[in-house]
Amino acid sequence: MHEFRFDPVQMPAAAEALRHEVRAFVAAEVASGAFTPSRNSWSSFDADFSRKCGERGYIGMRWPKQYGGHERSALERYVVTEEMLAGGAPVGAHWVADRQSGHQILRYGSERAKRTILPEIAAGRCFFSIGMSEPDSGSDLAAARTRATKVEGGWKITGTKVWTSGAHRTNYLIALARTAPKEEDRHAGMTQFIVDLSHPGVSVRPIYNLYGGHDFNEVVFDEFFVADDMVMGEPGMGWKLVTGELAFERSGPDRFLSTYQLLLESIRAIGPAPDARSASELGRFVAHLATLRRMSTSVAGMLERGAQPAVEAALVKDIGTAFEREIPETFRQLIPTEPTLGEGASYAELLGMTILRAPGFTIRGGTREILRGMIARGLGLR
Amino acid sequence: MSEIRDDLLKTVDRIFDEHCPKQLRESAEAGEWPLALWQALEEVGVTRAALPETAGGAGIEFEDAMFALRRSAYHGVPLPLAETMLAGRMLAAAGVDVPEGALTVAPVLGDDALSFAQDAVGATVSGTARRVPWGNACVHAMVAGEFEGREVVGLVLTAGAAGPVEKNLAGEPRALLSFDRTPLIAFAELKGARARLMAEGALYRSVQMAGALERILESSLQYANERVQFGRPIAKFQAIQHMLAVLAGHVAAASAAADAAVEASSAAPDEFAVSVAKSRTGEAAGKGAEIAHQVHGAMGYTREHNLHYSTRRLWSWRDEFGNESYWQSRLGRMIASRGADALWPLLTGS
Repeated sequence: MHEFRFDPVQMPAAAEALRHEVRAFVAAEVASGAFTPSRNSWSSFDADFSRKCGERGYIGMRWPKQYGGHERSALERYVVTEEMLAGGAPVGAHWVADRQSGHQILRYGSERAKRTILPEIAAGRCFFSIGMSEPDSGSDLAAARTRATKVEGGWKITGTKVWTSGAHRTNYLIALARTAPKEEDRHAGMTQFIVDLSHPGVSVRPIYNLYGGHDFNEVVFDEFFVADDMVMGEPGMGWKLVTGELAFERSGPDRFLSTYQLLLESIRAIGPAPDARSASELGRFVAHLATLRRMSTSVAGMLERGAQPAVEAALVKDIGTAFEREIPETFRQLIPTEPTLGEGASYAELLGMTILRAPGFTIRGGTREILRGMIARGLGLR
Repeated sequence: MSEIRDDLLKTVDRIFDEHCPKQLRESAEAGEWPLALWQALEEVGVTRAALPETAGGAGIEFEDAMFALRRSAYHGVPLPLAETMLAGRMLAAAGVDVPEGALTVAPVLGDDALSFAQDAVGATVSGTARRVPWGNACVHAMVAGEFEGREVVGLVLTAGAAGPVEKNLAGEPRALLSFDRTPLIAFAELKGARARLMAEGALYRSVQMAGALERILESSLQYANERVQFGRPIAKFQAIQHMLAVLAGHVAAASAAADAAVEASSAAPDEFAVSVAKSRTGEAAGKGAEIAHQVHGAMGYTREHNLHYSTRRLWSWRDEFGNESYWQSRLGRMIASRGADALWPLLTGS
């Protein structure tokens, strides 16, 4: 049986100093009116804010200096991430590039990709989207139909990607495509490519979400040319890269802090002397949150030590996203409010926006059901 | 895992394997004191593991002592090991000599109070304490209360004090202790003694629940892999896999919460971490036991199967030393009174 261990992590002194630096920076940005915390999350796109983060060294923190990085530890990066999320900072523009794409390029990209792209990401000027899902390939990623065929000096990609968050504003995406016919091993013959969205041969069309917001896109490639040095790793390594990338996507504080601003506003609305029910419900959320943070920092510590805690990461995401979804469901009854469409200017609007976003929490980055399958495999049931 | 922890694991697991078979758990429920098991634990110093060396401890770190307690819960050991560790640690903190043998603590219910007085014979304690764990089986009890405006802990003999004995769901004795100017063997001031007794108790129960939860996960996995229905092990059904994944989440969260509380409480219980731990492990106990039983089907509902030794303990421990609601409310009121802006610094510890 897989033994789950969430050992304690001692935050290094440098991380604690950094925590206070980031906290002060976020507070100053709020004070200057640059953003309103309750209206933001890691899906809020704000290129100006990302540039400021780049200037301060908060992006690409773990990467080597020669590629614009800052050679900081995983725990220092964790601290910056959680302070940004807790402060409601609009980190959405650089989020994907910083969390996963840049890391993948550093490990598997060509020298040219590393030299030209990573310093731009770290500077907060270059943003990424994820090109995995397709109309007929969601949870079953290996069913991807997008194809890339070898041509002189590179590859030509044809196919369609969907749910591509931010592709109308980002600079690149990493596309998963089939580069060899399906064999018995359906995970073989897949390759990831770095795609420059400013090049011809790609079209981006909005897919509006249930509340009319534009975050998702459909991205269509028609004989789109990608040079050989924009292949990630070797052709055929795509599946391995995708699964490795998802591990980074799963255990971070973004998997349990999506509704933290609603929790804070609910505490304010309840006031200093809660009734018995409000007190216990509030305490329950705090107990869950403290425990999730412990588990998530522990996974960060494992990543720092070079371990691959894929099952632990899946556990954190499964529990964390369930927690995020419970927050609006509970407080709407404790603070009787008719949720209202809007940007989050009032409690009713913040509640409304949170309810409308909530279904996504247990779908994005691997559905709850996919995660539970992974956990079951880790438990020796598959 | 550290080397000391590893040795301790081997030692206590060997003792529990050798001395804690099914018959023993049954005879203990019938009221027989498991003497050989207790002596085996005493011999290796586990019963005094939570004491500092200066107070007669075995030189074991508190975290390792709690690990031994967790293993005892994993094995469903029918002994007041938690209570003995708890009483000893609080007596030692107050500078009172810790006697040999099993110890219990009183009062354990928030509404009960004992009164202390200075009589001609010396210091005495009076009053009744309900549902004292193993109160009929332990020679000594640590009592806590107020004496002349100060909070104190004292040591008292239980002989003659034990009244009617109730049982918790696991069949462990919970006795009424009545004191009437009963002489204290020793007593000393300990600031916040009553609150500390509650928090220590909640901490130890959290650790025990984490251990019992580990056991029911293991048992559920084993059963699901062995039980064949519709021509295949039920572990191959997605519905069962997802239930077990949810159970694993509760077990992992309970374990993480209990560990965090232990780490924060090496000198004395940390109020915040203990509140989190008892809330979270208590919730995991109920939800986890439900899943474990569902996976085990009718087999797990029998006395013959071993699952109930763990689940009946979980259903008891979650309500002892404050249930989830008690600790959640304390947490909730603390957060509400400090305000939303104080929450994040509290969670991050800075």
